[in-house]
Amino acid sequence: MADFAWLIPLLPFIGFLINGLLGKSLPKILVAVIGTGAMVASFLLATLIFFSIPQGETIHLNIHLFDFIQAGTIYIPFDFLIDPLSILMILIITGIGSLIHLYSAGYMKEDEGFYKFFAYLNLFVFFMLLLVLGSNYIIMFIGWEGVGLCSYLLIGFWFKNQDYNNAAKKAFIMNRIGDLGFLMGVFFIFGTFGTFTFDEVFSKASLVTEFNQPIFITICLLLFVGATGKSAQIPLFTWLPDAMAGPTPVSALIHAATMVTAGIYMIARSNILFVLAPTALTVIAIVGVATALFAATIGLAQNDIKKVLAYSTVSQLGYMFLALGVGAFSSALFHVMTHAFFKALLFLGAGSVIHAMHHEQDIRRMGGLAKKLPITHLTFLIGTLAIAGLPGLSGFFSKDEILAKAFETNIIYWVLGVIGAILTAFYMFRVYFLTFHGSFRGTHDQAHHLHESPLTMTLPLIVLAVLSIVGGYFNLAPIFGGNAGLEHFLSPVFAAGQAKIHHTNHLSHSTEYLIMAVSVVAVILSIGLAYFTYISKKSVPVEDGDEINGLHKLVYNKYYVDELYDKVFVQPIMYLSTSIYKFVDIVVIDGLVNSIGKGIYALSGILRQLQSGSIGIYVLMMVLGLISILAFNLIP
Amino acid sequence: MITALLLFPLLASIFLLFFKGEIVKKVALAAAIIELALSVWVWSVFCSTCTTSKEAFSVDIPWISSLGVHFALKVDGISLILILLTNFLIPLIILSTYKHTYNKPFTFYGLVFAMQTGLLGVFMSYDAFLFYIFWEVALIPVYFISALYGGKRRIEVTLKFFIYTILGSLFMLIGIIYLYLQTPNAHSFSWSAFQLLELSPDIQGLVFLSFFIAFAIKMPIFPFHTWQPDTYTESNAAGTMLLSGIMLKMGIFGVIRWIIPILPLGFMKWDDIVIVLAVIGIVYASIIAIQQKDAKRLVAYSSIAHVGLIAAGLFVANEISLQGVVIQMLNHGVNVVGMFVVLDIIESRTKTREISSLGGIASRAPKLAILFLIILLGNVALPLTNGFVGEFLLLNGLFGYNSYLAAFAGLTIILGAVYMLRTFQKVMLGQLTSTTEDFTDLTPNEMAVLIPIVAVILVIGVYPNIFTSLSAADVKSLVGALK
Repeated sequence: MADFAWLIPLLPFIGFLINGLLGKSLPKILVAVIGTGAMVASFLLATLIFFSIPQGETIHLNIHLFDFIQAGTIYIPFDFLIDPLSILMILIITGIGSLIHLYSAGYMKEDEGFYKFFAYLNLFVFFMLLLVLGSNYIIMFIGWEGVGLCSYLLIGFWFKNQDYNNAAKKAFIMNRIGDLGFLMGVFFIFGTFGTFTFDEVFSKASLVTEFNQPIFITICLLLFVGATGKSAQIPLFTWLPDAMAGPTPVSALIHAATMVTAGIYMIARSNILFVLAPTALTVIAIVGVATALFAATIGLAQNDIKKVLAYSTVSQLGYMFLALGVGAFSSALFHVMTHAFFKALLFLGAGSVIHAMHHEQDIRRMGGLAKKLPITHLTFLIGTLAIAGLPGLSGFFSKDEILAKAFETNIIYWVLGVIGAILTAFYMFRVYFLTFHGSFRGTHDQAHHLHESPLTMTLPLIVLAVLSIVGGYFNLAPIFGGNAGLEHFLSPVFAAGQAKIHHTNHLSHSTEYLIMAVSVVAVILSIGLAYFTYISKKSVPVEDGDEINGLHKLVYNKYYVDELYDKVFVQPIMYLSTSIYKFVDIVVIDGLVNSIGKGIYALSGILRQLQSGSIGIYVLMMVLGLISILAFNLIP
Repeated sequence: MITALLLFPLLASIFLLFFKGEIVKKVALAAAIIELALSVWVWSVFCSTCTTSKEAFSVDIPWISSLGVHFALKVDGISLILILLTNFLIPLIILSTYKHTYNKPFTFYGLVFAMQTGLLGVFMSYDAFLFYIFWEVALIPVYFISALYGGKRRIEVTLKFFIYTILGSLFMLIGIIYLYLQTPNAHSFSWSAFQLLELSPDIQGLVFLSFFIAFAIKMPIFPFHTWQPDTYTESNAAGTMLLSGIMLKMGIFGVIRWIIPILPLGFMKWDDIVIVLAVIGIVYASIIAIQQKDAKRLVAYSSIAHVGLIAAGLFVANEISLQGVVIQMLNHGVNVVGMFVVLDIIESRTKTREISSLGGIASRAPKLAILFLIILLGNVALPLTNGFVGEFLLLNGLFGYNSYLAAFAGLTIILGAVYMLRTFQKVMLGQLTSTTEDFTDLTPNEMAVLIPIVAVILVIGVYPNIFTSLSAADVKSLVGALK
């Protein structure tokens, strides 16, 4: 069955071609059927492959398609690798992807670029599938850059608005900064191992016994630079909140199924290299936990429903990097999966709200929507509870696992992680309460038109809500009586790396229960505070013009990071561009060229004197010339 | 066979004299397509004899025996790629000129064909005398194309270009004559005689400089580039395409054919300095490109940046980087011509190249928008376009030389996205402006120009082996020459 895995990316690609080339003349319903159908077919195929793995066995299959690049010692086959990690990823991508496609059929119904939208979505998924299926770093890089392109196309989908175009451009360029890091890391890998192919690199790396060799730290940190771009970590995170300029299903796709999980996947894939560079892992853990906290505080003060969700993604990704950084690779992927469920749910739910509110995204203009949008409300609540980490829901299990692993490594990570969880619970319930409870604060016109979304949109919400509830049971830890299914499934991928990690202090069950209890109590108190603030006291965030001060202002303005980057990087480069052009290029270099030209012209004036017409001087020159030629041949 | 390939454009240019008026365009296009077909035929024969002898691909007839000049031609994998590039682009360039009317069309198209002969001759010559003649034959027609049919400042600008490049050529001529005098009795200009010379490293270093100046100006390598933005901007569209798409490859090819095998020691004496200059040029030109206001000038600077990377790979001269050089010569030619075709289409409709006065074209011309985007992605080296294959090999090759330089040169990945996306956004996206309000989408003729370009961008991007396999053996022997 797995031999047919090449069809998985091919189907969305065909969908892209059909809709992209012919979509304009096809009826919208057919466009939607082709686009969504391609995704569903891919998902079914992925499911079949998953179930074709015999019980108790694992899979590791290389599918050769053709030779991509050959030059000198470089040999890059266009190959796919089917193993537990890539199967998990294709299931998430095609599964969530299918739901988002279905949802888009309703959400984008009125848009004139309907066919284009579906074509881009299919292409996006195609590149993401290449990214996770590639059997070497270069095929991975094709997908890596390809999703960057698709995010550019989709964030700037409504291209008449230059703000959206700026957001799209920003996403592409910030990703490219990361991409350069990734590419350099890959060059170092080639320089060290002589190949780009995963299997060869990793088997050579697993023979290395010395930790923290400079070359491994270099490779890992460079790869991590790539990951910070794609997965929106400090310092390259600022594109992701702006990326919500795109239509809401795109945000769901970027934040849940594709794109941002790429960095996590890449590091998990290269786990053996990172295990060999503990220093790099520490850097990752620190950046991860810092991003988790930093983004969570920004989320506290944002009033755009999608922007809050965007910062929550940045923050949740920080948790995943924290997991990677403490060597808990399968925990990171567990969180990738549960996060895909509830974040897709939250974004699509937000889209349903925005749809009902006629493109209003400001939570200060909402309120009391629970009655008008019952399905959206209930599913959004489930998503909110899941991300907040309420016991029993998916987010609880995956976040708890990360926090426990962080506790094992360093208690400070755990403390900061719990603080992040408290903030998350607060800002998510802030959004939930302000949107669905209290009194309606929008215009009269909006109130009149409030409606629940059509089935194409609510069905994905329901499915995702169910997954957000049960998702945690796919990897239920032994202390809950589970068998850690996902961890066992993925264990062959991480075996070589795990063998090199020395687990010193395993937590006792009592400790584990205790730290769990602490975080659960903290989260519930935080939800209570949000309830007190936004329900009991009925407070609503201040209007934009109103004076805010101190910390609030700093957080509201996202710590002025965009402004900082503008001052430190963008403006100097723009200044440099103009001044180099005007001064160095035109005045200095071209000036020099021109003056040499003028010099020759002047010289020719002198030389012209030689052609005076005086035969005597000509003869003299001839004799001198002959002598010099003879001398030239005699001297050698 | 290859003589026919070389001389057919010359015949075509004479043949055109018998036609007047609009029919000239059709005859010219037909001739260019026949020439393309001829080169595809040569290509197919070349591939089918890949493993056997290459005798069919060389010609050697004594020409001016008293001077030891031979009419010696040879086609190898590298030159074949450049011949294909030339003959692929010429019909497209001719087709792209259909929307313009020229004073005395037979002169215009005649000059194009004369230049084509010169270019093909440069790529085929195995005799230095012949090489030099073709080198100048390629220059003179394009000078007239630019000077007769260009913008307002064309005379002044093209004269500077002409004098600058011919000055470089004169240095090369001195080098050629010097090498000629060093050959054994009954001197010879032939490539193999030059190659057999065993000159001291110091002498090679000096002769290297004489050749290098000519080639560096032509490419151009920083800081010899200042003629280029002006010339590209002031020339008419076809002239710009000929210059940027094909002509600048003469300089790169010159290094491959006449410097590396003949002056390896001189090459190794200077390579470090040239690599540093080339890498500086990449970042320097990229930064300048960001704030350009004239779209053509912007592409000119981006071209300098791209060629800088090719030049860096050329002087790194390991197997990976040289394969990158060969494939990227092809890619750069296709992509830069694609850019100039698009700019020509936009300029002919809106009468402006000012980026700031354009905007919103995508909503009027979706076909143009998508084809332009693909060409642009080729330029920013997105994977699955041709540009990626070239830049990947070049950067990897450069990395093998020095990882810091590769990282610095790699800034082109970021800066290229900055200036290209900025251009695309300002020209194609956003709201329509007063100049773009009546913009119409592509005509069938224009589609016929752009679609082959886009097809090549994607085909090479997905399956570069078609061309990398052609040059692999020759690149190997080049690298061998430097050991």
